[in-house]
Amino acid sequence: MGRNVTSVEGEERARQRAYWRTTLLLTAVLLLAWAGVSFLPGWFGDELNTVVFFGWPLGFYMASQGALIVFLLIVWIYDRCMTHLEKRYGLNDED
Amino acid sequence: MSSQPAFLQRLGRYYVIYALGFIGLVGLLAVAEQFGLSSRWIGQIFLFLTIAIYAAIGVMSRTSDVSEYYVAGRRVPALFNGMATAADWMSAASFIGLAGTLYYSGFEGLAFVTGWTGGYVLVALLLAPFLRKFGQFTIPDFLGARYEGHFARIVGLFAAVLASFVYVVAQIYGVGLITSRFIGIEFEIGVFVGLAGILVCSFLGGMRAVTWTQVAQYLILIIAYLVPVAILSYKVTGVPIPQAMYGQVLNDLGVKELELFTEPRENEVRRLYHLRADEYARKIADLPESLTTERIAQVHRVGELRAQGAAARDVSAAERALRDLPHTPDEARVKWERARQENQARTTHPPAHAEAHPGIDRVARDNARNNFIALTFVLMVGTAALPHILARYYTTPSVRAARRSVFWSLFFILLLYVTAPAYAVFAKWEVYSSLVGSNISTLPHWVASWGKVGLVKVEDINGDGILQLAELTINSDAILLLVPELAGLPYVVSGLVAAGGLAAALSTADGLLLTISHALSHDLYYKMINPEASTQRRLVITKSLLLVVAVVAAWVASLRPDSILSMVGLAFSIAAAAFFPALVLGIFWRRANKWGAVAGMIAGMGVTLLYIVRTHPFFGGSMEDAWLNIHPISSGVFGVPVGFFVIAVVSLLTPQPGPKVQALVDYVRMPDGGKKRR
Repeated sequence: MGRNVTSVEGEERARQRAYWRTTLLLTAVLLLAWAGVSFLPGWFGDELNTVVFFGWPLGFYMASQGALIVFLLIVWIYDRCMTHLEKRYGLNDED
Repeated sequence: MSSQPAFLQRLGRYYVIYALGFIGLVGLLAVAEQFGLSSRWIGQIFLFLTIAIYAAIGVMSRTSDVSEYYVAGRRVPALFNGMATAADWMSAASFIGLAGTLYYSGFEGLAFVTGWTGGYVLVALLLAPFLRKFGQFTIPDFLGARYEGHFARIVGLFAAVLASFVYVVAQIYGVGLITSRFIGIEFEIGVFVGLAGILVCSFLGGMRAVTWTQVAQYLILIIAYLVPVAILSYKVTGVPIPQAMYGQVLNDLGVKELELFTEPRENEVRRLYHLRADEYARKIADLPESLTTERIAQVHRVGELRAQGAAARDVSAAERALRDLPHTPDEARVKWERARQENQARTTHPPAHAEAHPGIDRVARDNARNNFIALTFVLMVGTAALPHILARYYTTPSVRAARRSVFWSLFFILLLYVTAPAYAVFAKWEVYSSLVGSNISTLPHWVASWGKVGLVKVEDINGDGILQLAELTINSDAILLLVPELAGLPYVVSGLVAAGGLAAALSTADGLLLTISHALSHDLYYKMINPEASTQRRLVITKSLLLVVAVVAAWVASLRPDSILSMVGLAFSIAAAAFFPALVLGIFWRRANKWGAVAGMIAGMGVTLLYIVRTHPFFGGSMEDAWLNIHPISSGVFGVPVGFFVIAVVSLLTPQPGPKVQALVDYVRMPDGGKKRR
């Protein structure tokens, strides 16, 4: 009996640990994308500005619109992936 | 609680009716204007009617339930919480100031655009879902629970109140400006009219009332922001989607800039300003004799004019000039130095709009680039640390809704931020291509009417009767308010823009006031002074504190503190350094403990404040003491890493946190149970 409870608890804990590890990985990857799109266009503004993108100098476009769209995408992807993860690990609290 | 989908549907219906009603009102006023309704009336109808709407929502949402008052009953759907957060977030500075900043600084100003949106990625990934799972009322609540005790709570409380108060004063100041300019009442009275507008929302219904008014305010502010620039875009390019069209205009602007910067008369004007700046420099160097010479010369002039029997107007102008001369050499030094700098600034062409990190040499360009990156970083981290924004994610029904609501927040904020650069480019195009080079005697009438309030200045320094770019000064805050007139639109559009600016300032002020009063009543009074207080008593305390804080903030704003306004940018650095490391490590690093957090928060905030004092002219600092030439507004770029570092080192040197905290960390990391906890 006691062993049974421990194994159920252990399984629960292992599942939570796996869920958290995947969450961390996802967070790290998305943060990397965030940092890249936030700081690279600013740093290489001059170089990117020599490229023309639909009438915009690319550096200007990235800092004024491109990066913002990527931010929105990152937040959207995070929500989708997390919802998926919650389902996979049986931690979902919504129907 | 009614079922969530039905609730959502009903809300949606209300707000659609409301938005259509508002658009109908604008249309009605536009027609009335054609029939001769005066602009003064239009301004008043807009401002008072919108305040009345907010007040009605505030009264309808009044509550005396603690959960309703602090976190709107935790049932705000993600979409609406997104709109409310967007209104909470976009202040008078975003609405009015950003377009002007971008107009003048071009590429460099884009640090604000990326910075103020990118922060929401950090909110989504690192904070919002976990804070929602924690599910209490304030940000210091989290610090107090995670870092075991009142010490961390007090440090958090202090930082929250400091950052929010500076910010709220700036909002009320903005309200005063708008009401005084558009309905022509005194600035000080305007401040208190605005205060009344703020209080009717937040006083009776707390977070619940503020949430629903903020949704209403968002709708007004976004309509007001998009309409003028869409019309301007239609006029210039034939397509009313400015966000997609301004790339082409930016290109044309680049050609126009090149043309203007090589024009001989333009360079002649710049040379004249150079001479004038040199003249001021000479006078400053010759103080105090130069002041005496100046005064004698002016006395002679007055005497001469009188002796000649010149026109009374000329005599009194000369007398006024004499009176306005500085009284002491010190005063003269300050005044003339300012004049010298103003003239000096006009001796060089503004940088090309799209040019990244302009500067005269390699060093200056690198400096500009470093500051651009530092500012972007600080604004992002600061966004993810402002207590009034984070507290909004306590109001959603579940962890998942908190996540989705960050998506909606960012979406609604984005609508304004991708439009701001378009505003700047279209306004600049209009000024460069049609205003500059026209005859000074036939300038459009708005130049004179804005000139009266000192926001637009024209000076024909070379006396050729033609307006050169260097002869024109437009106050940066006026750019956005000017666009309707630049585009030749009817006054009703200007009234709409004013109503939008008011909505932006009021909504942000509401959220900030709640944060401050909640921090004081909940964290200080209930959690620390009197934990036995009844809910009744807690609410009474909260409401009275709200009133006191609001009146104090309005009083400070009515003193027109320029220094406070310039300090708003600093609030981001302070919040970033104080909160961000402690909040993030509290969730992601189990080992972080009480001592580490307290030391880290104090160290981070300390480094930031120290750097500001060293480098900000207001505190007598100078950029000569700067590290890596980083401007004081970005001081958080040093404070944030120091905060992380100190938390890590001190935590590792002291015992690890107890089992209760370990359990809390496990609890916030797991998504389930969001619904069960109220």
